[in-house]
Amino acid sequence: MRAAAQRGLWSDALRRLLANRAAATSLLGLALLAGIAIVGPGLSPYAPDQLDWSMMGSPPDWASRHWLGTDRLGRDLYVRTLHGARVSLAIALLATLVSLLIGVTWGAIAGYAGGRIDEVMMRFVDVLYALPNIFFVIILTVVFERSPMLLFLAIGAVGWLTMARVVRGQALSLRHREFVEAAVSCGAGPGRVVFRHLVPNLLGPVVVYATLMIPQMILIESFLSFLGIGIQEPLASLGNLISDGAAEMESAPWILAVPATCLVLIVFCFNFLGDGLRDALDPREY
Amino acid sequence: MVGYALKRLLGAIPTLAVIVVVTFLLVRLAPGGPFDEEQPLPPEIRANLEAAYGLDQPLTVQLARYVRGLLRGDFGPSFKFKDFSVTELIATGLPVSLTLGSVAMLLAVLLGVPLGVVSALRHNRPTDHLVMGLAVLGIAVPVFVVAPLAALVFGIYLDWLPVAGWTPGEWRDIVLPATTLGLPVIAYVARLTRGSMLESLRSPFVRAACARGVPRTRRIWLHALPAALAPVVSYLGPAAAAVLTGSLVVETIFGLPGLGRYLVQGALNRDYTLVMGMVIVYAAMMILLNLLVDIAYAWLDPRVRPGTRH
Repeated sequence: MRAAAQRGLWSDALRRLLANRAAATSLLGLALLAGIAIVGPGLSPYAPDQLDWSMMGSPPDWASRHWLGTDRLGRDLYVRTLHGARVSLAIALLATLVSLLIGVTWGAIAGYAGGRIDEVMMRFVDVLYALPNIFFVIILTVVFERSPMLLFLAIGAVGWLTMARVVRGQALSLRHREFVEAAVSCGAGPGRVVFRHLVPNLLGPVVVYATLMIPQMILIESFLSFLGIGIQEPLASLGNLISDGAAEMESAPWILAVPATCLVLIVFCFNFLGDGLRDALDPREY
Repeated sequence: MVGYALKRLLGAIPTLAVIVVVTFLLVRLAPGGPFDEEQPLPPEIRANLEAAYGLDQPLTVQLARYVRGLLRGDFGPSFKFKDFSVTELIATGLPVSLTLGSVAMLLAVLLGVPLGVVSALRHNRPTDHLVMGLAVLGIAVPVFVVAPLAALVFGIYLDWLPVAGWTPGEWRDIVLPATTLGLPVIAYVARLTRGSMLESLRSPFVRAACARGVPRTRRIWLHALPAALAPVVSYLGPAAAAVLTGSLVVETIFGLPGLGRYLVQGALNRDYTLVMGMVIVYAAMMILLNLLVDIAYAWLDPRVRPGTRH
């Protein structure tokens, strides 16, 4: 019974999502971008850290197969941008996952427990909210050594606040519903009720919010890498590629244009997809 | 009203205290220290240095000492800018950052609100689509892409404005940084204003004003707009957060000697005291701004004010 009802909800949502032209195009665009980021670098004869001494700072050039040009050191921009997109996407997805785990757990426990526990837990969230989370990430990057591993953990560890609020609100409204009472009366403990009964029923808003969170994570990562606090050379990320490009933009504007376009496209697609998902999954609430 | 403001101000103190303690513990519990150089220092010198900065004391003593210093306005010495204390760096950076931030916020309101109103008045016509299209662009394109582009176009190709630098009192230095910093906020304010203006233009009291023969301009700007401003005012808090975050990049790109640039340099050098001091100042500014926004909101909308019945 339950499985059938759920499939109905999700397939309905999918149909509504695909009917939304902007969201469907974005989904397609993202799939395409991800595909290119995975397969694309293999099509070029160049490696991301390979220096081409004869083609330093060259504009896009088909004859030498530097399709999008090279940077000051003669590294192929097409390959580096795709590698950067890979790194940025991977970090954003992992950071979102970390935030999701912390935020859903925190919010669901606070919402289900209610009362004083809820008050204390949410007060803590309020306090951390007082400061834009980029500042906490900066502290964490100062405190720990800089590596891609720790970067996504740090970004994820500070990004869960809004998720916790969303989930807590949902959990509060669900905790007195019949199915929760039924589970409790069958002898399910609080842990089981929260994670087996409550959480699966609030996945809709969680999915929407997670999709809207990914572009923010990409922006945070690029922001830090742009400032030199995130991903470090020779590893490429969209942020440090844009930073390189900004330094050279007067004489070689394509070094900025290529990664910047890629970043803006990704962020655009995720935002439209998130908006579409929001409309598709919950037409009445937002 | 004054009571409400005072109550909120007192409520902000624990928040700031928690942030100070969390920041302090994070920084001090970290592996590695400020004296980890590529060439390890001889142990005696290291011990002397740590004693000089009080790092050999137990953690609670260090925290107590740091908090006592903060209460006197003393943020401790900077580990890497050896000739300056963090307080001195804050004193030089704060005016620059405050000027930049307030000009950006002012631009956001002074440009964003009229753009939103015009968009609402031309609902679903080309002007509306143009403004909203630009707004989407302004929100989605990050500051660190816009800023170099703006510097390239207006600073180098057109040569209208200086690309970098800061001379106190020179307004031309601030135009480019403040505009790029304000751009996403302008875009967001325009979108919010348009949405709530559309609603307010259709509401009964505006139609009543129309029926009473109130002239159109007056109707729009004095009747419909004030009622539509509530969401904009409550967005000013998050807007301030966006401006503070963006100022890190803008100050770095345009070479402005503000707090943001010190914070970034502090982070690159792992200058603990500097980063801690800057974060605490930013937190205090954020809390204060949110407080002002809440008070403004209560002043605009009596229903929010505590002690009034409705």
